[in-house]
Amino acid sequence: MEIKGLVILFSFLYLGLLFAIAYWAEKNSQSKWVNNSYIYALSLAVYCTAWTYYGSVGRAADEGLDFLTTYIGPVLVSPLMWVLLRKIIRICKVQRITTIADFISARYGKDPFLGGLVTLVCVIGILPYISIQIKAISVSFSTLMGTEVIGREASFFDDTAFYITLFLSIFTVLFGARKVDANQANNGLIVAIAFESVFKLVAFLIVGLYVTFVIFGGFEDLFTQASALPDYAKLVTIDEKDGYANWMWLNLLSMMAILLLPRQFHMGVKENKDEQHLKKAMWLFPLYLLLINIFVIPIALGGNLLFQGQQVDTDTYVLAIPVSNGNSPLAMIAYLGGLSAATSMIIVSTTALAVMLGNSVFMPTIVRSKRLSTVFANNLSLILVRSRQAMILLIMLFAYLYFKNVSGQFSLISIGLISFAAVAQFAPAVLGGIYWKGATRHGAIAGIIIGFILWFYTLIVPTMINSSGTGSYILSDGLFGIALLRPQEFLGLTSLSYINIGVFWSLFFNVCTFFVVSVFSVRSTKETNQAEVFVDIFKYSMVYESSIVWKGTAYVEDIKSLISAFLGKERTERAFVKFIKNNNLDSRSAEADFRVVNYAEKLLAGAVGSASARALISTVVKEDHIDINEVFQILQESQRVISDNKELKQKSEELEIASAKLRKANRELTQLDKLKDEFISTVTHEMRTPITSIRAFSEILTDHTDLEPKERAHFLRTIISETERMERLINQVLDLEKMESGQLKMDLVPVQLNDIVKDAVNALEQLAKDKGIDLSVDLLNRLPPVQGNRDRLMQVLINLVSNAIKFCDPEKGVIVVSTSNSDGTAKLSVEDNGIGIPGESRKLIFEAFYQAKDQNLKKPGGSGLGLTICKKIIERHNGKIWVENNKTGGSVFTFSLPLSDLL
Amino acid sequence: MKKILIVDDEPNIIMSLEFLMKKNGYEVFIARDGSEAITIVDQEVPQVVVLDIMMPKVDGYEVCEYIKKQKRLTTKVIFLSAKGKESDIRKGYDSGADFYMTKPFSTKVLVQKVNELTN
Repeated sequence: MEIKGLVILFSFLYLGLLFAIAYWAEKNSQSKWVNNSYIYALSLAVYCTAWTYYGSVGRAADEGLDFLTTYIGPVLVSPLMWVLLRKIIRICKVQRITTIADFISARYGKDPFLGGLVTLVCVIGILPYISIQIKAISVSFSTLMGTEVIGREASFFDDTAFYITLFLSIFTVLFGARKVDANQANNGLIVAIAFESVFKLVAFLIVGLYVTFVIFGGFEDLFTQASALPDYAKLVTIDEKDGYANWMWLNLLSMMAILLLPRQFHMGVKENKDEQHLKKAMWLFPLYLLLINIFVIPIALGGNLLFQGQQVDTDTYVLAIPVSNGNSPLAMIAYLGGLSAATSMIIVSTTALAVMLGNSVFMPTIVRSKRLSTVFANNLSLILVRSRQAMILLIMLFAYLYFKNVSGQFSLISIGLISFAAVAQFAPAVLGGIYWKGATRHGAIAGIIIGFILWFYTLIVPTMINSSGTGSYILSDGLFGIALLRPQEFLGLTSLSYINIGVFWSLFFNVCTFFVVSVFSVRSTKETNQAEVFVDIFKYSMVYESSIVWKGTAYVEDIKSLISAFLGKERTERAFVKFIKNNNLDSRSAEADFRVVNYAEKLLAGAVGSASARALISTVVKEDHIDINEVFQILQESQRVISDNKELKQKSEELEIASAKLRKANRELTQLDKLKDEFISTVTHEMRTPITSIRAFSEILTDHTDLEPKERAHFLRTIISETERMERLINQVLDLEKMESGQLKMDLVPVQLNDIVKDAVNALEQLAKDKGIDLSVDLLNRLPPVQGNRDRLMQVLINLVSNAIKFCDPEKGVIVVSTSNSDGTAKLSVEDNGIGIPGESRKLIFEAFYQAKDQNLKKPGGSGLGLTICKKIIERHNGKIWVENNKTGGSVFTFSLPLSDLL
Repeated sequence: MKKILIVDDEPNIIMSLEFLMKKNGYEVFIARDGSEAITIVDQEVPQVVVLDIMMPKVDGYEVCEYIKKQKRLTTKVIFLSAKGKESDIRKGYDSGADFYMTKPFSTKVLVQKVNELTN
């Protein structure tokens, strides 16, 4: 009794802690500890129940590796989360869908019958699953105590599992179903579940480490010993005969379960706060599954070794090993870990089922019944919450009774898989619904009904017969004596395990029926509309309000009073004001805009489910019939608005880019304009000098007729030379202009630079000699030809040498023209022994009409445009030109040109 | 004999001015840049200076300012420049010039102005 008291104390301490965490999270719902992607990812681990905690080990100990399929499936689909789950999440957020039943009902035209059907399948499929969690708690309790499991004859007053169930009911009522709008986040629930996920993982890992490294001497020792077991080979390999087919079907089953189980839908979709959290869940959840499976085989093999020849339930190994080793603290941890696994499943599943029952069965019944709805008209919201809470208690009660009377005889895994198979019947309707617009309500209903019947016949009927003993002829001879109808060898299929036979046939007929009926049935307009929205949700989710097709008359006051019955007057008022403001609607209009109606329906859907919301709204709205063409027209319209918006955005971006380009061009033009102004003013200024001389001398010659002939001739010659200077200047300006505007054709052919040098020097030799200048050449023999234009290069060379003649030492001038070859270029230098060029001017000297910084100072004998033209010519040759001073201070003008054979 | 200083860096312009001034009875001095001009002004104290603005080393404005700062000097300054913008001309008068002429110029007007200023 002392131990029992301790176990009960710890159980309730643990549950109290859970309560405290949930309470704290509700109070601190803005905390970063509550709102993060880790909490979301961990809450998905509600997938791991007592089945995982105890059952995996049992399965591994009895059957071998196929326990893994339950986890491999989810891991395989987790990369698809971003595509598949995000799409479902988006649809649910937009349409305020909170359960899988509501989801399917909403997709097929918000059909209440479909919602009820899905709910029924869920309840029948999941209730046994909840009950085996209670069984697991009960079994673990007695294993810890070393007593027999309490049988069905014992009073529930003596059963700890009953009290735990009661406590869980209270917990779930408080944290899972307190809010009217099922769409609001249940932070307490989420954080508590995330905590349980961590707790059960840690507990399981501790037991695993204990078995592997304390009881045995590590993995190697454990497996060496286990290899002596008679069924060792079977436990660590896949059966070659049918094993792979079974393996595949079980994987497929768990892939569907991870998406469709009500509790997974609840945590993964309904409680998702941010689609981005999926990115974390995509790797963290598979990692969690990996961790929790690491020690399954070691514990299973360890148990088989330790309990060889003893009658110990393999499902209890996790607990039985520490107990039999007398390690009480560890046994307590193992027990609490199992408790956390079981309770998390019970809490979430019950919440999900209760919301489903409330929104898809209870509310539609009230709303559709005139009598009932008038009775409850004034306090619908209270009714809604109370009904959900009542449902929770009811589900818990039924689960407990089921455990007491039926499930006692089944293993954890078989019940779990049967539940999986039940929810797998939704797969065609859900997946088809979000990817195939042609899927119809009739198809979905027919598929689910056929699938459900076959599921029931092949998977449930045999268990009923086995436990009751009556009707066993159905198993051996088939219904009505038809052998093909034997549930466990349905239609003669024997090569799979009995669960997989059920899965295969139920899904096979489900999919076929769904497909065929969908193709041959006609959709209603409402359905067509929902099909569009579901399949193309990412296109519509931004403009949902306007994409819903609706025509009719309604009054804002009516709608408001309807909504406030559920959400309260203040909240309704707030929501409407915000919505009208956000959508720029007329707040004084008495008649409701269609967007207001849709919004109201969406608000209601969060509280009562889509089907009921639809029915409720239609009570205040006089709806007109819309034909299918109108639906398409309006949908196309809203699509066009989106694409127009996109186009507009693109256009304005393009405009921005264009105007930026224009601004830049304008800046450049302004600068060019300024340069041009400067150029013109400098050119005209340069021209004034010769004109001044010409005018002055002409006036002198005119006014002074008495000039000596010699003087007169001198003045006339000056006029002529100034005229020539003028002409040169004009030609240079024209040359430059042509080059700037690209009009000057410059054909480039291989030319010998040395030849050009010789010609240029020949032309200027006499001039140099006259001035007493020593002009010499230093040419590189066999200089490869360059790519160039002979005449233009000649012009450059003449210019450079002429400048050198002007600026070399006036007394004893020396000029050297040399060629060289380096780095694939030919170089030509003209060196003089003048005063050189100061560093700051060396670059500017190539600018048009360069003058030193001070505009009023003039460079000696300014040549104007000569060097600018040289630079342009060389640049057109893809070459470079620059000037430096040599050691003695004279200037060296050099240009380099690419060799022609390298081009 | 009245002294005149011609300051310019263009040989042909100097040649024409030299001819004109000699014909009109002036003793002509020639400077090819600003610093040369200042030296000659100090040494010879000419009655009038015909001054270009754009020259190497020291520009015409500075030369004019220098001359006008010397209280003992009564030297008149005529700018003769290709710079014809209003701002250039104003700057010329601001630096103390007595007259501003733009190039190309009328020989008659120049001679007349020189004569005016020296009388």
